[in-house]
Amino acid sequence: MPATRIYVFQRFERFWHWSQAALILFLLVTGFEVHGSYALFGFEKAAGYHTTAAWTLIGLWLFAIFWHFTTGEWKQYLPTLKKVDAMIQYYALGIFRNAPHPFRVTRLTKHNPLQRLAYLGVMLFIGPLVWISGLLYLFHGQWTAWGLTGVLSLGWVAFFHTAAAFLMLAFVVAHAYLTTTGHSPSAHLKAMITGWEETGADEAAAPPSGPA
Amino acid sequence: MLIKAALVWFIGCLLASGGIAADASSSFKLNTTADHGKFDQLKGPFASGPAVTKACLACHTEAAKQVHRTKHWTWEFLNPGNQQRLGKKNVLNNFCISISQNYPFCTSCHVGYGWKDKDFDFTVEANVDCLVCHDTTGAYRKLPGMSGHPAYRPIETPPGSGKLVPPPDLAKIAQKVGKSSRDTCGACHFFGGGGDGVKHGDMDSSLAAPERDLDVHMDATGLDFTCGTCHATSSHDVPGSRYTPTATEKHGAFIRGKAQKSNPATCQACHGNAPHMKQARLNTHAEKLACQTCHVPALARGGVPTKMSWDWSTAGRKGPDGKHMVAKDAKGHVVYDTRKGDFILGEKVKPEYFWFNGSVRYTLLSDRIDPQAQPVPVNRIEGSPGDGRSMIWPMKVMRGKQPFDPVNRTLVMPHTAGNDDIGYWKNLEWEKAIADGMQNMGAPFSGKVDFVSTEMMWPVTHMVAPKDKAVGCIECHASTSRLAGLPGIYMPAHSARVWLDVLGWLLAAATLAGVLVHGALRVVMKRKG
Repeated sequence: MPATRIYVFQRFERFWHWSQAALILFLLVTGFEVHGSYALFGFEKAAGYHTTAAWTLIGLWLFAIFWHFTTGEWKQYLPTLKKVDAMIQYYALGIFRNAPHPFRVTRLTKHNPLQRLAYLGVMLFIGPLVWISGLLYLFHGQWTAWGLTGVLSLGWVAFFHTAAAFLMLAFVVAHAYLTTTGHSPSAHLKAMITGWEETGADEAAAPPSGPA
Repeated sequence: MLIKAALVWFIGCLLASGGIAADASSSFKLNTTADHGKFDQLKGPFASGPAVTKACLACHTEAAKQVHRTKHWTWEFLNPGNQQRLGKKNVLNNFCISISQNYPFCTSCHVGYGWKDKDFDFTVEANVDCLVCHDTTGAYRKLPGMSGHPAYRPIETPPGSGKLVPPPDLAKIAQKVGKSSRDTCGACHFFGGGGDGVKHGDMDSSLAAPERDLDVHMDATGLDFTCGTCHATSSHDVPGSRYTPTATEKHGAFIRGKAQKSNPATCQACHGNAPHMKQARLNTHAEKLACQTCHVPALARGGVPTKMSWDWSTAGRKGPDGKHMVAKDAKGHVVYDTRKGDFILGEKVKPEYFWFNGSVRYTLLSDRIDPQAQPVPVNRIEGSPGDGRSMIWPMKVMRGKQPFDPVNRTLVMPHTAGNDDIGYWKNLEWEKAIADGMQNMGAPFSGKVDFVSTEMMWPVTHMVAPKDKAVGCIECHASTSRLAGLPGIYMPAHSARVWLDVLGWLLAAATLAGVLVHGALRVVMKRKG
């Protein structure tokens, strides 16, 4: 059964993914220290690192957004409900019975429908929650100038920022685990590193599922 | 042997006057256009302080009139905010309590001569004491009990010791007058409350020649500020007030030529409102925190303890010999005195923090107190997170117990000091002492005495540490925070909502447990084939 390889993730995507992953992990580590969950770098340094990492991630996102729109890759995140039930069934049952994966990776659709929904959720819900609350937090000193004093409370801004961080943490845990559910436990990971996804011969034979 | 003795004598002479005096006079000449030592009017000898003042006023014709207008002279202050008549003449505290009927002792810190009772004539120009602020020799001293006069004949010090201390040489002192210094201001302000460091906690004799860590501005081998560098005085009226402190200063730094009506003694008067160059975040902190909150990390850092509590209710206990007694702590500081009661002293004391907008209301003799609601505030500070005028300020909170009138429900002013048959310190009878102090103020007294716990707020502003010794982030941003309990603030690492943390960590743990179970099931099922 010769393995089939597809070049799924381009160089910028891989760079974006891994630097984003590192930054998010670092932001979680420093953020929860600022939150008071533990002491690691010391509050002052943690707060400084957190701010620097946040600005770096904002910069990275600007590049990523530009890249997605100029390459048309943004379409990869258009949500679809088609085959979502099949995916859920696969993760709930099929995966234990060695059933075939209901989704086949192609250049045009590199994310399965659950991934699309999850990533879109991260980008449209957790992302804005984290960025809006985080920037308000960061620019607390400008609230008076912006007419926000009395309108917002720092306690609630921090609340939403922390809540978003917990959601992001849960996402990171689930995401890291789900990388092991490819053709082989390391197939997805390898793809994200080399760009080449290894797919089984039978999967390669299945009809490609196009974008919704 | 002879050579050695001669050498000692020679060095002794050098130290006593010669070499040092020569240096001092040369630097003195660089700082001023007038050498008072060359003025015939100051040749002396002077029989009294007022005689010196008359000589001063011969040239400085308007000086006494200027002094007459100041709090340093009147010991009276009308608070324009709440119309309270304050000043040392009228207020009480929970240290020595008040000056009523204790004038000859308390007025050793008056910038005048002869205030021995309430009938002192405040219009006499010759009674202004020039030397107490303008002495540069350190030899001028006003002793308690002499109504603001220095000694004019040898005084046995301490009493009963047989050691006669000669009176200060007024002519010599007058010939060397100069600008005020940490020593002249400190002669009274370091010793407020009856002893070194007793009252303020942020002012004591360690500021006479402080190191950099104790006060970055006054650092004797560095910036070497005097009090007047910040309390920039004009027309003898020293700016800065504990009755109407500047709690919030929105102005930037002072600019020459621009009319400034604000207090020149604030930090902002020099540093502006965004002084942190490297860390912009600290400037946003400064929108809610007084500079002092971070930059005065602790009180009484110079080795001199400050009184944190004074319990008058235990006064009167005599020693086994039936005589007055004192008890001292391991360092030799008095912690009990028959005349005064129990003290608690503190060094390197962390201040307490409050929202403060600069308004202070004193509890005066005319105010009724509520003994049910102890501690009774001797003064109350106003402020809240939302009034737009308040900042978080460090305070020394002085606690204690002091006598009050349980019938009229007022604080009282006892006559304590004095070698008479009324003063408490000699006779240990409260009723008599209080009746005398109250009658002098024209205040009613029922004749009954009880004790009440009191608190008094002292805003902290001196002993500014260098920036690397300022209060660090984690002193507040931590579960145990200096600012714990203050309303209206959210501090990351201190203020988080507990239920969000519980829910959040549960979510993360549930996700982790879910994927682990899922993964384990996959492994198990795969093995089963």
